[in-house]
Amino acid sequence: MKRRLLPVLSIAVLIGAWQLAPSSGALADLLNLESFLVPSPAEIAESLWQSRSLLAENTWVTLREMLLGLGCAIVVGLAFAVALHLSETLRLAFYPLIVASQTIPIIVIAPILVVWFGYGIGPKLAIVALLCFFPIALNTFDGLRSVDPEATKMMRTLDASRAQILWRVDAPTSLPYFFSGTRIAVAFAAIAAVFGEWAGSDSGLGHLMLQDNAQLETARLFAAVLVLSAIAIALVGLVALAERRVVTWR
Amino acid sequence: MRQDTKMPAGTEGFATAVALPASVESAGAAVAIRGLRHSYGELLTIDELELELAPHRVLGLVGPSGCGKSTLLELIAGLQDPSLGEIQVAGAADAGSRLAHCAFMPQRDLLLPWLSAIDNAALALRNRGVRRGEARRQAGRLFERFGLAGFERARPAELSGGMRQRVAFLRTLIAGKPVLALDEPFASLDAITRAEMQQWLAGALLADPRTAVLVSHDIEEALYLCDSVAVLSARPARIVEQLSAPAPRAADRDEAVTDPAFVAVRERAMQALRDGAG
Repeated sequence: MKRRLLPVLSIAVLIGAWQLAPSSGALADLLNLESFLVPSPAEIAESLWQSRSLLAENTWVTLREMLLGLGCAIVVGLAFAVALHLSETLRLAFYPLIVASQTIPIIVIAPILVVWFGYGIGPKLAIVALLCFFPIALNTFDGLRSVDPEATKMMRTLDASRAQILWRVDAPTSLPYFFSGTRIAVAFAAIAAVFGEWAGSDSGLGHLMLQDNAQLETARLFAAVLVLSAIAIALVGLVALAERRVVTWR
Repeated sequence: MRQDTKMPAGTEGFATAVALPASVESAGAAVAIRGLRHSYGELLTIDELELELAPHRVLGLVGPSGCGKSTLLELIAGLQDPSLGEIQVAGAADAGSRLAHCAFMPQRDLLLPWLSAIDNAALALRNRGVRRGEARRQAGRLFERFGLAGFERARPAELSGGMRQRVAFLRTLIAGKPVLALDEPFASLDAITRAEMQQWLAGALLADPRTAVLVSHDIEEALYLCDSVAVLSARPARIVEQLSAPAPRAADRDEAVTDPAFVAVRERAMQALRDGAG
């Protein structure tokens, strides 16, 4: 009961305070709470309802970028983690490079990607995948490294091949790590998709935000942010659900 | 609560349920070690060690902690190669063949938490490409004989310490190798469960004699379970004295370890251990 009530309560208090703040005079003056700058929750809700079809359309575009980008990140991240786990040569050669890949600011790489892949979904996928790949690869790799060497020895005396040890011991050991990396990646995916759309696009929540910002459609801008957060929360929830279904031994 | 207190009914003949490779008796000694020296980096851990073990005999290795007895076991099992000297298991000297001839039971049970008890026990069969259903069927027969019936589908976390150790031993047996390498198999158990498991293993080995090397830091355990016991010195490990256990092995552990002959050998082993600890 307490677990469900408390988050609802804290959000309700926050929204209530936000709604009432502009009418409190002094605080409104201090924070410059004009509705074109900070819209009230009621205004945001109204905009959410009125622009629902526009928001839904653009949400679908962004969600697709997130999911496909995440898919790429999972495939590439797992491949890197396993390759680095199996080969010391690859580990030494690529580990610093993987870390370096995370320090490239998106504004540097986005124009290049737009030139390479055009205005379509390509550059967005690349940006989402690039950002999400890191937590997945690194966490899964850490998970593979955490395998008990004694368990590996035990499997060797039971005639296991390297592939069998990878499948029966290493993979299950690293699964919880993979899932926690994926949870982080999902949160990254939302912001990465928006960044990707800012670099050049004609649709999506990020594109809508840019337009709304320019046109002082602040209520709809906030509504778009709300939808984006909701997507991220739902996806994190889905990953947690999948983890509970798969990792049954913890 | 304690399902593991009673002796498993009819441990006799469990070998028949597992296809064993051809007998090694023709090869003479099952395990032969000559002129063994082993270093870990700069550190000499084993020095000038000679050992021989006849088929279907159980050899105990006792010695002070850190003397290299576990290393010796890993060398025998083919998990490492010695720096110098020769180790033969069932006539084969290279690490790969030793690995193929030895089943290793580690100190901790190391049951895989994501597999059921029966799938853990059947790991060796699965690794050899036996289908899951067939592997479970073969392992299942031994579950009944080991008093584990009804716990086939249980995850390791749901089993008591003694039961987990029994599943780990089953996993080692089902590998069907001629030589068992047991590394302090009961060290992680509480005193009462350990005594029960010792009695249980003695019964299992009596019913189905195997060649086994048992590492232990517990002289009493080694003398009770083994035919002979080699007392190792502090590092670098040498054999201080090799003792024959008082035969025949009694079925009742408490009776066996209080027998005057047993106590006398235990005192000698203790003295050898002190001499070697120097």
